[in-house]
Amino acid sequence: MLDSLQLLGQKGLDFFQRLGRGHMLLLQVLTGLPSLLPRFGLVIKQTYSVGVLSLVIIVVSGLFVGMVLGLQGYNTLVDFGAEESLGVVVALSLVRELGPVVTALLFAGRAGSALTAEIGLMKATEQLSAMEMMAVDPVRRVLAPRFLAGFISMPFLAAIFSAVGVLGGYFVGVGLLGVDDGAYWSQMQDKVDMYDDINNGIIKSLVFGVVVSWIAIFEGNDAIPTSEGVSRATTRTVVHSALAVLGLDFILTALMFGE
Amino acid sequence: MSDAPLVQIRNLSFSRGDRVIFDGVDIDIRRGSVTAIMGPSGTGKTTLLRLIGGQLKPDNGSVLVDGEEVQHLRRGALYRLRKRMGVLFQNGALLTDINVFDNIAFPLREHTSLPETLIRTLVLMKLEAVGLRGARDLMPSELSGGMARRVALARAIAMDPMMMMYDEPFTGQDPISMGVLVRLIRTLNDALGLTSIIVSHDIAETCAIADDVYLLSGGKVVAHGTAEALGKSDSAWAQQFLNGEADGPVAFHYPAADYAEDLMQRENNH
Repeated sequence: MLDSLQLLGQKGLDFFQRLGRGHMLLLQVLTGLPSLLPRFGLVIKQTYSVGVLSLVIIVVSGLFVGMVLGLQGYNTLVDFGAEESLGVVVALSLVRELGPVVTALLFAGRAGSALTAEIGLMKATEQLSAMEMMAVDPVRRVLAPRFLAGFISMPFLAAIFSAVGVLGGYFVGVGLLGVDDGAYWSQMQDKVDMYDDINNGIIKSLVFGVVVSWIAIFEGNDAIPTSEGVSRATTRTVVHSALAVLGLDFILTALMFGE
Repeated sequence: MSDAPLVQIRNLSFSRGDRVIFDGVDIDIRRGSVTAIMGPSGTGKTTLLRLIGGQLKPDNGSVLVDGEEVQHLRRGALYRLRKRMGVLFQNGALLTDINVFDNIAFPLREHTSLPETLIRTLVLMKLEAVGLRGARDLMPSELSGGMARRVALARAIAMDPMMMMYDEPFTGQDPISMGVLVRLIRTLNDALGLTSIIVSHDIAETCAIADDVYLLSGGKVVAHGTAEALGKSDSAWAQQFLNGEADGPVAFHYPAADYAEDLMQRENNH
């Protein structure tokens, strides 16, 4: 009994220590961001590897999600004779929710895990230590550019996801199921609001960008420098990112659309 | 240049959790010399290098490098000091995503604004010194262990440091690369006017080039002197370590219960 209580206490302490280390790291990364300005090439290189290389999975997933939305939306709407509104259903679902959320989940799996593994292995092979001894701060040289790249990439990827999804919905709804072409676009144009829908979607994806990139670089930097440690850290990145994204999505949605 | 030792370690204590690694260690590293720090695995030899480099802070005592107390330096001053230190890590620790040339250019590009042509000249000079000018376009994964260590050595001297620290430079090397490294460490030290610290447990190779040898065990300096003086030392421990004897003050057996009693025990399935 006492033992399990002690174990619980130990776990709690570990949790808060990790939380503390995570926030310290975020602070260091944020204060290191200005030093990236004169050497923006580092950020561009990372944006390529976390952002551009994630495009394929984002485009393909966006297309299929949009097609499913078109199909499901049509089946529901047609009962009420409202299939003309399919464009609105597809666009709002994507822009408000699925775009930012699914992009963040895919990003955590595709780019977040890769960042954690890369940084963890650099730690395990003493590359980070060697940088420190060469008087190069690994937080500024390695972590900050990756963090910024993730933050920049996320809203673009979410926007691309939503745009491709709208096309997927169009393909199924208009192309296969015979919804009126003009109605699909004009209803969408009419009902999707720049402020309420698009901006809120962008804000969500910016928040997710910070959180997923932060978790990924922290887990890498905090990994136990062995192969097992790196593999655990990679798993944690994906799991924690997914939980954080879904939890934050609820909070953000409540704040934005909760009247 | 003053006559004071380049590195002065006084009454150094350091522990990890409950494990005491150093317990009142005094070490002087003379300028221009090659000093070897030797001891069995797990005596904290690498930790000592990290303490000198300011990556760890001692619990007690002080580490002075060129008159500056490392543990009290602010970040900026510590980084300035580190630019004057070169470290050769055990596995080289080359950056794996860039080639040999860029690895050696890395500290130069980070810390100087030299034109690319000058950087090229400097990098080729460093590579020539370690005999790998022809390997400049290889990636770290294409290098053998010995070559990787020589590239890392070239990178460590890229900024023309005042001192070099070698962490187990001879471990896992074939006899030829070992010979090359041994000679390189001594030649570079004398040609570039460096001060070198070698942390190692390869006795023959290290003693061949070291001016001073410190033997560490159990968190303390057990013996200190030139290689010849240590060979004649009457410390039983030093003799066991230098001659590689299996039993002696360092027992062959890990502490355990009585052997006969242990064998007779039946209830316990271990």
